[in-house]
Amino acid sequence: MLSIKNLRASINKKEILKGVNLEVNPGEVHAIMGPNGTGKSTLASIIAGRDVYTVDEGEIIFNGKNLLGMSVNDRACEGIFLGFQYPVEIPGVSMTNFMRTAINEQRKYRGLDPMPANEFLAKMEEKKRVLEIQAKTANRSVNEGFSGGEKKKNEIFQMAMLEPSLAILDETDSGLDIDALKIVANGVNRLRRPDNAFIVITHYQRLLDYIVPDIVHVLYDGKIVRSGGKELAIELEEKGYEWIKAGLV
Amino acid sequence: MEEISVKNTIKEALIKHFHDNRSTIGIVDPARVAELRDDAMQTFIEKGFPDNKQEKWRNTDLSRALGRDYFYPISQFQDSTQAEKIFKCEVPGFDTLSVTVLNGWYVNSDKPLSVLENGLIVGSLRTAFKTYPELVESYYARFADYKSNGLTALNTALAMDGIFIYVPDDVVVEKPIRMISLVNMTEDSMIQLRNLVILGRNSKLTLVQCDDSIDEHRSFTNTVSEFYISENATLDHYKLQNINDHSTLINSSWFELKEGSSASSNGISLNGGLIRNETIVRLNGRGSHTDLLGLYLMDRYQHIDNQVFVDHAVPDCTSNELYKGILDDHASGVFNGHILVRRDAQRTNAYQNNKNILISDKAVIDTKPFLEIYADDVKCSHGATVGQLDAEAMFYIRSRGISYENARMLLMYAFAAEIVNKISIEELRNRIDDLVKKRLRGELSICDQCVLHCGAQEQKKEFKIDMSRI
Repeated sequence: MLSIKNLRASINKKEILKGVNLEVNPGEVHAIMGPNGTGKSTLASIIAGRDVYTVDEGEIIFNGKNLLGMSVNDRACEGIFLGFQYPVEIPGVSMTNFMRTAINEQRKYRGLDPMPANEFLAKMEEKKRVLEIQAKTANRSVNEGFSGGEKKKNEIFQMAMLEPSLAILDETDSGLDIDALKIVANGVNRLRRPDNAFIVITHYQRLLDYIVPDIVHVLYDGKIVRSGGKELAIELEEKGYEWIKAGLV
Repeated sequence: MEEISVKNTIKEALIKHFHDNRSTIGIVDPARVAELRDDAMQTFIEKGFPDNKQEKWRNTDLSRALGRDYFYPISQFQDSTQAEKIFKCEVPGFDTLSVTVLNGWYVNSDKPLSVLENGLIVGSLRTAFKTYPELVESYYARFADYKSNGLTALNTALAMDGIFIYVPDDVVVEKPIRMISLVNMTEDSMIQLRNLVILGRNSKLTLVQCDDSIDEHRSFTNTVSEFYISENATLDHYKLQNINDHSTLINSSWFELKEGSSASSNGISLNGGLIRNETIVRLNGRGSHTDLLGLYLMDRYQHIDNQVFVDHAVPDCTSNELYKGILDDHASGVFNGHILVRRDAQRTNAYQNNKNILISDKAVIDTKPFLEIYADDVKCSHGATVGQLDAEAMFYIRSRGISYENARMLLMYAFAAEIVNKISIEELRNRIDDLVKKRLRGELSICDQCVLHCGAQEQKKEFKIDMSRI
């Protein structure tokens, strides 16, 4: 589904990714862990198409298509979703209109007619219920005045509405209390299907207790230095990143 | 030097026009109005048109607009019934009392001034000169100070008609009144329009003031409107400006507020070659309050200038200003907000903000918030921002699959909505909302005829967002 080969990327001539290789297949959940500042969020942003980074080398192929050079919105329409570490507040744009516009643009991209209003509203209701989002949130402006937890839940809500084939969740667990974490994880688990995949970026093992990954990667200094099963996350939690660093020297 | 000689030409032409037609111009004047004309002309002769050397005109250049020949209409020569045929301003479900001025002249000459059951007087200022001279005299040009302002002086000297509204004490006017000013001439014209609005004690009025051009002739409209708001009265005022790209509109609005009264004024500038709004508010009675709002959406080579002066003359008054604008292409804008808190005006609460988005790197805004405070127990704040569309927000919206164009539109509309949403009459809000969306999409009718900068900006964009649900 997603194939990243030797990805090198920089910002303001500072190299951040130094040759990342990653293969994600349908039905898989990948976790990317690693200390701060090693390029986890950069990787997520580059897959989604943020243009502040320069890709110096390598390729990203998604379902047979070259993502590099494709616009941010086209990537989303191809089925990529980024759950933001810091969701953006957009005063004046209601959640309802935002989601309906997004769904209909994605449908248009795929040659489908706009979703009928009643179907859309029913879908909103259902997804809100799953994520225990209060009804009034939908009438509010996107993320405006939301608490940290509400913003993160809102990311998962958007994911549930858009049903991407590959969702990248960038530190969705940060700033969540344990109840919100369970709701978010539950939301993700309900969306898991044999034909979609997730990349979960996190610092902590905690989230992975609820969203059980198939493969865990450790990103360190712009490279994936270690990959393994879910035990790797537990080992990291016990030994800390110093253990990885020590192994590299 | 060339500029000055150009201005002198039109200045001299206007002075000559005044003297040649002095008897016609003032034929129905009450004594005091006649005196004011001569005095104001004297002021105009001394001051002339404002130029860039004056601080308040530093960034608005009238020389191009004044470098043309204009016709000065001194009589109503057009069939007034035409106005209704050529212009139909329909707002669905918006039941109003409409009064129309065509080329500076009140339309509907068979009934120039109506007195309604509740004593409300609405109609032609010219007729009010004849019918209610004492009433007019006791207000006319009391507040609109022509001594310091060449354009107001010119208007005071030359204006012959406009709208007159008198709301007696304790009368709540249920239906909003729509004042429509149209320009439709067979040649380029300079129009002096004068409005006088008087609200008695405890009265209430909603007023929608529309400036529209119907054709593509160049016009120069110099409007002076005075609003006298008596004790505990409430005025809700809206300005909707949509004139062609070759025309100039000077709109000075003078509001004087007495004790316990309030006035809100919300100006939506959708299109125009050069628009200058001067809003002067004197809070002259304890507990009076004003809300001043503005939204301007300018592109191509358009210019917008909002000059706002709020004078806190007495204690315990509040004022609130929020002006927002989006400028694209080579458009330029000025915001000059001046709040004066006089020495006695203790416990003043004044807030001022101007926010701008520049879409292109050629667009310019000069924004100058200015507080002048002589009292010591006051709460004042001001702010001004100039920015581009938020890149983070653009990325966020687009990451959900929304195209660049639609993401941009969503953000621009969201920016404008803060002003539009403050319109309290639902039907009017929906109408203006619709106009703003059309304007942002480049679909506003007057733009279609533009010859200045036809190109990418004017192409209709496919746009399927249902904005009504925002």
